[in-house]
Amino acid sequence: MTDLVLKGKAIKLGDNISTDDIIPGRFAHLRSNLPELAKHVLEDAVPGFALKVKSGDFPVAGKNLGLGSSREHAPVVIKMSGVGAILAKSAARIFFRNAINQGLPVLLCDTDKIGDGDELEINLTGGKISDLTTGITLSCSKMPPIMSAILKEGGLIPYIQKHRDFVIER
Amino acid sequence: MGKTLAEKILSLKSHGEAKAGDVVIADVDLAFVQDTTGPLTIRQFKESGFKILAKPQQAVIFLDHAAPSPAQQLSNDHILLRRFAEEMGCRIYEVGEGICHQLVAENFANPGDIIVGADSHTVTAGALGAFATGMGSSDVAVALALGKTWFRVPEGFLIELNGVFPRGVYAKDLILYLIGQIGADGANYKALEFGGEALAHITMPQRLTIANMAVEAGAKVGLFPADKITRDFLIGHGRGGNYKPLYPDAEANYERVIPVNLDQLEPMLSLPHAVDNVRPVTQVKGVKIQQAFIGTCTNGRLEDLAVAAEILKGKKRHPGTRLLIAPASRQVLIRAIEKGYIRSLIEAGAAILPPGCAACLGLHQGVLGDGEVCLSTANRNFKGRMGNPEAMIYLASPATAAASAIRGEITDPRDIM
Repeated sequence: MTDLVLKGKAIKLGDNISTDDIIPGRFAHLRSNLPELAKHVLEDAVPGFALKVKSGDFPVAGKNLGLGSSREHAPVVIKMSGVGAILAKSAARIFFRNAINQGLPVLLCDTDKIGDGDELEINLTGGKISDLTTGITLSCSKMPPIMSAILKEGGLIPYIQKHRDFVIER
Repeated sequence: MGKTLAEKILSLKSHGEAKAGDVVIADVDLAFVQDTTGPLTIRQFKESGFKILAKPQQAVIFLDHAAPSPAQQLSNDHILLRRFAEEMGCRIYEVGEGICHQLVAENFANPGDIIVGADSHTVTAGALGAFATGMGSSDVAVALALGKTWFRVPEGFLIELNGVFPRGVYAKDLILYLIGQIGADGANYKALEFGGEALAHITMPQRLTIANMAVEAGAKVGLFPADKITRDFLIGHGRGGNYKPLYPDAEANYERVIPVNLDQLEPMLSLPHAVDNVRPVTQVKGVKIQQAFIGTCTNGRLEDLAVAAEILKGKKRHPGTRLLIAPASRQVLIRAIEKGYIRSLIEAGAAILPPGCAACLGLHQGVLGDGEVCLSTANRNFKGRMGNPEAMIYLASPATAAASAIRGEITDPRDIM
């Protein structure tokens, strides 16, 4: 089996990007209209993000990405912007689980070493990130096997459609 | 090896031995959604191909976040949720009945339960000794369908409380102080467990305020033991039969122990735009405020309105400061009317909002203008939280909010009481 490799450009975000930063509560009326909602992704934290982001780019956050509300719309709109994965130094637990449930990889690594605009090559299978701009290689922390299994199926819903239950490997 | 509260509950509900770091599948006693996360939950439930709920009596929908609805799209979301409740035979709490977390405490949560809600402040029910945690819509959709979910068993932080609250200092000041100490991600993935001699006099409303904000330090749960205070609360809410004592083992293994002496605490504030940006009120006095908001799942209970009414009785809000009050539930509102609190608050110039989330999350009922400052008793002050990224939000206790509403600026409640 060949490794799953993604390539794209880093878009740096700061520390403590909350779910209110990712998709503010004032757009709650658009939550049942995801394409409209997605136009506002990160607009308070990174003005113009929705226009700037290109398919395959990687938002690269600092610590505690996605703190706050349980709104799964936050990873949903990030995924809809076309990004292949999110990188962060650390992520709030509900956001992390929601992103994996949406089939959006969140890779935890030392993001201080990555610069804005750096070209990255990410080996999802091996959990390695190569910064092609600086030549540095970073490894990501491992997630529990059940999360890797959910991510492999493309998210919780496809996982459940397949297994009809949670399966824990001992 | 002894167990923490989290390990005890997860062992019981996963029918095995759960210790920190394990991944377990556990039975869910209550699964709920609210009106801003429920529509996506329904879509995920249907997309998974599920037709029925595993336990319809243990599933609840709350219409509280946009209630009454300020926009046609949200009204349509409410229609979707009402139809789903009817179709599935589950309970729905209508507009005006109150905030999901308050209604869960009043009507559902029991010691040792596992509760999952599509709302991060689901942790509130930890006050009753329930392993209660917020999840996203997909996770709750699957929990509704299967009656179970998976958890990584969290490591515990023991918060050891001693002493008594000084005059003018409340549970809110304690939890703000703690979040300032721990940091917004300092307890990420952990269980905050509360213990110590002070628990003997920390009331259920105070416990609900404290547990509610555990998530603001990143925690998965904020757990109190189930003791006499829990038993009395359950008896008072007609479910004394559901009481069972629940304590951590004496030799439980905690990753960190944080002692707090309540005698040393003073009124605290979170400054914009981070909950862990905490300072004593004495250092921030004098900041002008255009809105004071007393309510939410953190501080909208009867005891909170009592404190505010006592401070505001016979006084007037500052002409430059709007005062918004939202009781956490219908039961709270009725009792506050009976006790005369609502009259005192209205006579002081307050606008009373219907029981619900009100101004907390920026959808309606108190959206801030550009450059405005709000002193709120809620749990979050992120940029944009109250509907405007150009506004500033400070978080404090109901006493500090009431005192500040009178002076029109951030005020130490001890200066007025």
